[in-house]
Amino acid sequence: MHILLGVGGSQLSYHALDETIARAQETDDDLTIAIFDNEEADTDAEAVRERVESTLSETNFEASIRTIGGESPGSELVDIAESEGFDRIVLGGGERSTLGKIQLGSVVEFVLLNAQTPVTLIR
Amino acid sequence: MSRTYPDEPASEFPAPPRTVTDKEGREVELVPADEADREAIVAMYVDFDPADRAQGIPPAKEEGIRNWLDTILDGDCVNVVARYDGDVVGHATLVPDRHGEHELAIFVLQSFQGAGIGTALVETLLGQGQRAGIEKVWLTVERWNDAAASLYRKVGFETSNAESFEIEMAIRL
Repeated sequence: MHILLGVGGSQLSYHALDETIARAQETDDDLTIAIFDNEEADTDAEAVRERVESTLSETNFEASIRTIGGESPGSELVDIAESEGFDRIVLGGGERSTLGKIQLGSVVEFVLLNAQTPVTLIR
Repeated sequence: MSRTYPDEPASEFPAPPRTVTDKEGREVELVPADEADREAIVAMYVDFDPADRAQGIPPAKEEGIRNWLDTILDGDCVNVVARYDGDVVGHATLVPDRHGEHELAIFVLQSFQGAGIGTALVETLLGQGQRAGIEKVWLTVERWNDAAASLYRKVGFETSNAESFEIEMAIRL
Protein backbone atom coordinates (compact mmCIF):
# COMPACT_ATOMS: atom_id res chain seq x y z
CA MET A 1 0.00 0.00 0.00
CA HIS A 2 1.00 3.59 -0.62
CA ILE A 3 0.25 5.61 2.46
CA LEU A 4 0.10 9.37 2.78
CA LEU A 5 0.57 10.51 6.37
CA GLY A 6 -0.14 14.14 7.22
CA VAL A 7 1.83 15.58 10.15
CA GLY A 8 0.96 19.10 11.32
CA GLY A 9 2.81 19.32 14.62
CA SER A 10 0.13 18.45 17.18
CA GLN A 11 0.96 15.84 19.83
CA LEU A 12 -1.50 13.47 18.23
CA SER A 13 0.09 13.95 14.81
CA TYR A 14 3.40 12.71 16.30
CA HIS A 15 1.57 9.82 17.91
CA ALA A 16 0.18 8.97 14.45
CA LEU A 17 3.73 9.21 13.04
CA ASP A 18 5.04 6.65 15.55
CA GLU A 19 2.10 4.29 15.00
CA THR A 20 2.26 4.53 11.23
CA ILE A 21 5.99 3.85 11.10
CA ALA A 22 5.59 0.85 13.42
CA ARG A 23 2.84 -0.54 11.22
CA ALA A 24 4.64 0.15 7.96
CA GLN A 25 7.68 -1.67 9.29
CA GLU A 26 5.55 -4.78 9.66
CA THR A 27 3.54 -4.50 6.48
CA ASP A 28 6.26 -3.08 4.26
CA ASP A 29 3.95 -0.26 3.22
CA ASP A 30 5.36 2.59 1.21
CA LEU A 31 5.12 5.77 3.29
CA THR A 32 5.06 9.39 2.23
CA ILE A 33 4.94 12.00 4.98
CA ALA A 34 3.36 15.35 4.15
CA ILE A 35 4.41 18.06 6.57
CA PHE A 36 2.25 21.11 7.05
CA ASP A 37 1.92 24.01 9.43
CA ASN A 38 -1.19 23.32 11.49
CA GLU A 39 -2.49 26.66 12.78
CA GLU A 40 -4.06 24.83 15.69
CA ALA A 41 -0.70 23.42 16.83
CA ASP A 42 1.89 25.61 18.50
CA THR A 43 4.77 24.97 16.07
CA ASP A 44 5.91 25.55 12.49
CA ALA A 45 6.68 23.39 9.46
CA GLU A 46 10.45 23.56 9.97
CA ALA A 47 10.24 22.21 13.52
CA VAL A 48 7.81 19.52 12.38
CA ARG A 49 10.24 18.42 9.66
CA GLU A 50 13.10 18.13 12.16
CA ARG A 51 10.96 16.02 14.45
CA VAL A 52 9.89 13.77 11.58
CA GLU A 53 13.46 13.34 10.35
CA SER A 54 14.77 12.44 13.78
CA THR A 55 11.93 9.93 14.31
CA LEU A 56 12.73 8.30 10.97
CA SER A 57 16.40 8.01 11.78
CA GLU A 58 15.71 6.65 15.29
CA THR A 59 13.43 3.99 13.87
CA ASN A 60 15.74 3.33 10.94
CA PHE A 61 12.84 3.65 8.53
CA GLU A 62 12.82 5.30 5.14
CA ALA A 63 9.97 7.47 3.96
CA SER A 64 9.74 10.32 1.53
CA ILE A 65 9.07 13.68 3.10
CA ARG A 66 7.47 16.66 1.47
CA THR A 67 6.14 19.94 2.77
CA ILE A 68 2.77 21.26 1.77
CA GLY A 69 1.99 24.94 1.93
CA GLY A 70 -1.08 26.93 1.14
CA GLU A 71 -4.11 28.03 3.07
CA SER A 72 -5.77 24.65 3.28
CA PRO A 73 -3.51 21.72 4.16
CA GLY A 74 -6.58 19.46 4.23
CA SER A 75 -7.41 20.27 0.64
CA GLU A 76 -3.78 19.72 -0.42
CA LEU A 77 -3.72 16.31 1.26
CA VAL A 78 -6.89 15.24 -0.51
CA ASP A 79 -5.54 16.45 -3.88
CA ILE A 80 -2.19 14.72 -3.46
CA ALA A 81 -3.79 11.44 -2.41
CA GLU A 82 -6.10 11.44 -5.42
CA SER A 83 -3.76 12.76 -8.11
CA GLU A 84 -0.86 10.52 -7.09
CA GLY A 85 -2.87 7.37 -6.46
CA PHE A 86 -2.32 6.89 -2.74
CA ASP A 87 -4.30 4.02 -1.17
CA ARG A 88 -4.86 5.64 2.19
CA ILE A 89 -4.54 8.92 4.05
CA VAL A 90 -3.52 8.70 7.71
CA LEU A 91 -3.93 11.55 10.20
CA GLY A 92 -3.72 11.94 13.94
CA GLY A 93 -6.46 13.92 15.63
CA GLY A 94 -9.23 14.17 18.17
CA GLU A 95 -7.59 16.28 20.86
CA ARG A 96 -9.33 16.36 24.21
CA SER A 97 -10.18 19.58 26.01
CA THR A 98 -9.22 19.79 29.71
CA LEU A 99 -12.79 18.77 30.44
CA GLY A 100 -12.23 15.67 28.32
CA LYS A 101 -14.36 16.30 25.24
CA ILE A 102 -12.87 15.09 21.99
CA GLN A 103 -12.80 17.63 19.19
CA LEU A 104 -11.62 17.18 15.64
CA GLY A 105 -9.48 19.93 14.17
CA SER A 106 -10.31 21.63 10.89
CA VAL A 107 -7.71 19.74 8.81
CA VAL A 108 -8.93 16.32 9.96
CA GLU A 109 -12.51 17.36 9.46
CA PHE A 110 -11.88 18.57 5.92
CA VAL A 111 -10.08 15.38 4.95
CA LEU A 112 -12.73 13.09 6.48
CA LEU A 113 -15.52 14.90 4.66
CA ASN A 114 -13.85 15.43 1.30
CA ALA A 115 -11.42 12.60 0.61
CA GLN A 116 -12.31 9.94 -1.95
CA THR A 117 -9.39 7.96 -0.57
CA PRO A 118 -9.96 5.84 2.58
CA VAL A 119 -8.87 7.76 5.70
CA THR A 120 -7.49 6.38 8.95
CA LEU A 121 -7.75 8.63 12.01
CA ILE A 122 -5.36 7.72 14.79
CA ARG A 123 -6.18 9.09 18.21
CA MET B 1 -7.78 30.88 19.39
CA SER B 2 -10.23 33.60 20.16
CA ARG B 3 -13.82 32.88 20.90
CA THR B 4 -16.66 35.34 20.42
CA TYR B 5 -18.70 36.00 23.54
CA PRO B 6 -21.95 37.92 23.75
CA ASP B 7 -21.27 41.63 24.41
CA GLU B 8 -23.68 41.80 27.29
CA PRO B 9 -23.36 39.71 30.44
CA ALA B 10 -26.27 37.44 31.29
CA SER B 11 -28.54 38.39 34.17
CA GLU B 12 -28.19 36.73 37.54
CA PHE B 13 -28.74 32.98 37.68
CA PRO B 14 -30.13 31.17 40.73
CA ALA B 15 -27.39 29.78 42.96
CA PRO B 16 -27.49 26.47 44.80
CA PRO B 17 -28.75 25.03 47.04
CA ARG B 18 -32.27 24.95 45.63
CA THR B 19 -35.04 22.43 45.25
CA VAL B 20 -37.00 22.10 42.02
CA THR B 21 -39.95 19.91 41.16
CA ASP B 22 -39.55 18.25 37.79
CA LYS B 23 -42.32 17.60 35.25
CA GLU B 24 -42.87 14.16 36.77
CA GLY B 25 -43.49 15.72 40.19
CA ARG B 26 -40.17 14.57 41.64
CA GLU B 27 -38.49 16.93 44.12
CA VAL B 28 -34.89 17.27 43.05
CA GLU B 29 -32.23 19.07 45.08
CA LEU B 30 -29.55 21.05 43.24
CA VAL B 31 -26.45 21.38 45.41
CA PRO B 32 -22.77 22.26 45.02
CA ALA B 33 -20.55 19.19 44.81
CA ASP B 34 -16.90 18.47 45.43
CA GLU B 35 -14.49 15.64 46.16
CA ALA B 36 -16.72 14.49 49.06
CA ASP B 37 -19.43 13.57 46.54
CA ARG B 38 -17.10 11.46 44.41
CA GLU B 39 -18.64 8.05 45.13
CA ALA B 40 -22.21 9.21 44.47
CA ILE B 41 -21.09 10.80 41.19
CA VAL B 42 -19.17 7.67 40.18
CA ALA B 43 -22.34 5.64 40.84
CA MET B 44 -24.34 7.89 38.51
CA TYR B 45 -21.80 7.55 35.69
CA VAL B 46 -21.55 3.79 36.11
CA ASP B 47 -25.35 3.73 35.47
CA PHE B 48 -25.06 6.10 32.54
CA ASP B 49 -26.52 5.02 29.20
CA PRO B 50 -23.59 4.68 26.75
CA ALA B 51 -25.82 6.15 24.02
CA ASP B 52 -25.91 9.43 25.96
CA ARG B 53 -22.15 9.86 25.92
CA ALA B 54 -20.97 12.97 24.11
CA GLN B 55 -17.62 13.51 22.40
CA GLY B 56 -15.88 10.81 24.40
CA ILE B 57 -17.23 11.59 27.88
CA PRO B 58 -18.11 10.24 30.33
CA PRO B 59 -15.60 7.40 29.93
CA ALA B 60 -17.24 4.01 29.57
CA LYS B 61 -15.49 2.06 32.34
CA GLU B 62 -15.38 2.77 36.05
CA GLU B 63 -11.61 3.19 36.13
CA GLY B 64 -11.83 5.73 33.32
CA ILE B 65 -14.66 7.52 35.10
CA ARG B 66 -12.54 7.79 38.26
CA ASN B 67 -9.55 9.18 36.36
CA TRP B 68 -11.77 11.67 34.57
CA LEU B 69 -13.31 12.81 37.87
CA ASP B 70 -9.82 13.55 39.19
CA THR B 71 -9.80 16.46 36.73
CA ILE B 72 -13.46 17.41 37.10
CA LEU B 73 -13.53 17.45 40.93
CA ASP B 74 -10.31 19.45 41.19
CA GLY B 75 -10.60 22.57 43.35
CA ASP B 76 -10.40 24.90 40.30
CA CYS B 77 -13.64 23.50 38.90
CA VAL B 78 -17.22 24.32 39.79
CA ASN B 79 -19.60 21.39 40.21
CA VAL B 80 -23.32 21.12 40.91
CA VAL B 81 -25.28 17.87 41.21
CA ALA B 82 -28.97 17.02 41.10
CA ARG B 83 -29.96 14.64 43.89
CA TYR B 84 -33.15 12.64 44.14
CA ASP B 85 -33.85 10.27 46.99
CA GLY B 86 -30.18 10.36 48.00
CA ASP B 87 -28.84 9.46 44.56
CA VAL B 88 -27.04 11.74 42.12
CA VAL B 89 -29.19 11.86 38.97
CA GLY B 90 -27.49 14.77 37.19
CA HIS B 91 -24.12 16.51 37.22
CA ALA B 92 -22.91 19.74 35.65
CA THR B 93 -19.39 21.15 35.71
CA LEU B 94 -17.30 24.17 34.75
CA VAL B 95 -13.67 23.28 34.03
CA PRO B 96 -11.04 26.00 33.43
CA ASP B 97 -9.22 25.81 30.10
CA ARG B 98 -5.73 27.12 29.32
CA HIS B 99 -7.08 30.59 28.55
CA GLY B 100 -8.80 31.29 31.86
CA GLU B 101 -12.19 30.57 30.36
CA HIS B 102 -14.43 27.72 31.51
CA GLU B 103 -15.87 24.81 29.55
CA LEU B 104 -19.29 23.53 30.56
CA ALA B 105 -20.60 19.98 30.46
CA ILE B 106 -23.78 18.48 31.85
CA PHE B 107 -25.09 14.92 32.12
CA VAL B 108 -28.51 13.79 33.32
CA LEU B 109 -29.46 10.16 33.92
CA GLN B 110 -31.79 8.89 31.23
CA SER B 111 -34.76 8.39 33.60
CA PHE B 112 -34.58 12.09 34.54
CA GLN B 113 -34.22 13.50 31.04
CA GLY B 114 -36.94 15.58 29.41
CA ALA B 115 -38.31 16.68 32.78
CA GLY B 116 -36.69 20.12 33.08
CA ILE B 117 -33.81 19.02 35.32
CA GLY B 118 -31.16 19.81 32.70
CA THR B 119 -32.26 23.43 32.36
CA ALA B 120 -32.47 23.92 36.13
CA LEU B 121 -29.08 22.27 36.59
CA VAL B 122 -27.34 24.45 33.97
CA GLU B 123 -28.91 27.63 35.39
CA THR B 124 -27.86 26.67 38.90
CA LEU B 125 -24.33 25.82 37.77
CA LEU B 126 -24.06 29.23 36.09
CA GLY B 127 -25.35 30.81 39.31
CA GLN B 128 -22.59 29.05 41.23
CA GLY B 129 -20.13 30.18 38.51
CA GLN B 130 -21.21 33.80 38.97
CA ARG B 131 -20.68 33.42 42.70
CA ALA B 132 -17.15 32.15 41.98
CA GLY B 133 -16.43 35.18 39.79
CA ILE B 134 -16.30 33.26 36.50
CA GLU B 135 -16.96 35.46 33.46
CA LYS B 136 -16.58 33.40 30.31
CA VAL B 137 -18.20 30.01 29.77
CA TRP B 138 -18.23 27.99 26.55
CA LEU B 139 -19.30 24.55 25.44
CA THR B 140 -19.51 22.36 22.38
CA VAL B 141 -22.52 20.35 21.35
CA GLU B 142 -22.87 17.83 18.56
CA ARG B 143 -24.66 19.15 15.51
CA TRP B 144 -27.49 16.62 15.71
CA ASN B 145 -28.19 17.21 19.40
CA ASP B 146 -31.10 19.66 19.01
CA ALA B 147 -32.45 19.10 22.52
CA ALA B 148 -29.17 20.15 24.12
CA ALA B 149 -28.54 23.07 21.75
CA SER B 150 -32.01 24.53 22.36
CA LEU B 151 -31.57 24.15 26.12
CA TYR B 152 -28.34 26.15 25.96
CA ARG B 153 -29.92 28.83 23.77
CA LYS B 154 -32.85 29.15 26.15
CA VAL B 155 -30.46 29.72 29.05
CA GLY B 156 -28.66 32.48 27.10
CA PHE B 157 -25.77 30.83 25.24
CA GLU B 158 -25.05 32.16 21.76
CA THR B 159 -23.38 30.26 18.94
CA SER B 160 -19.73 31.31 18.72
CA ASN B 161 -18.59 28.90 16.00
CA ALA B 162 -20.72 26.72 13.75
CA GLU B 163 -18.09 25.78 11.19
CA SER B 164 -17.02 22.42 12.56
CA PHE B 165 -18.59 19.07 13.46
CA GLU B 166 -19.56 20.45 16.84
CA ILE B 167 -21.38 23.71 17.41
CA GLU B 168 -19.55 25.94 19.87
CA MET B 169 -21.60 28.21 22.11
CA ALA B 170 -20.62 30.85 24.67
CA ILE B 171 -22.10 33.00 27.42
CA ARG B 172 -20.75 35.95 29.41
CA LEU B 173 -21.66 35.90 33.11
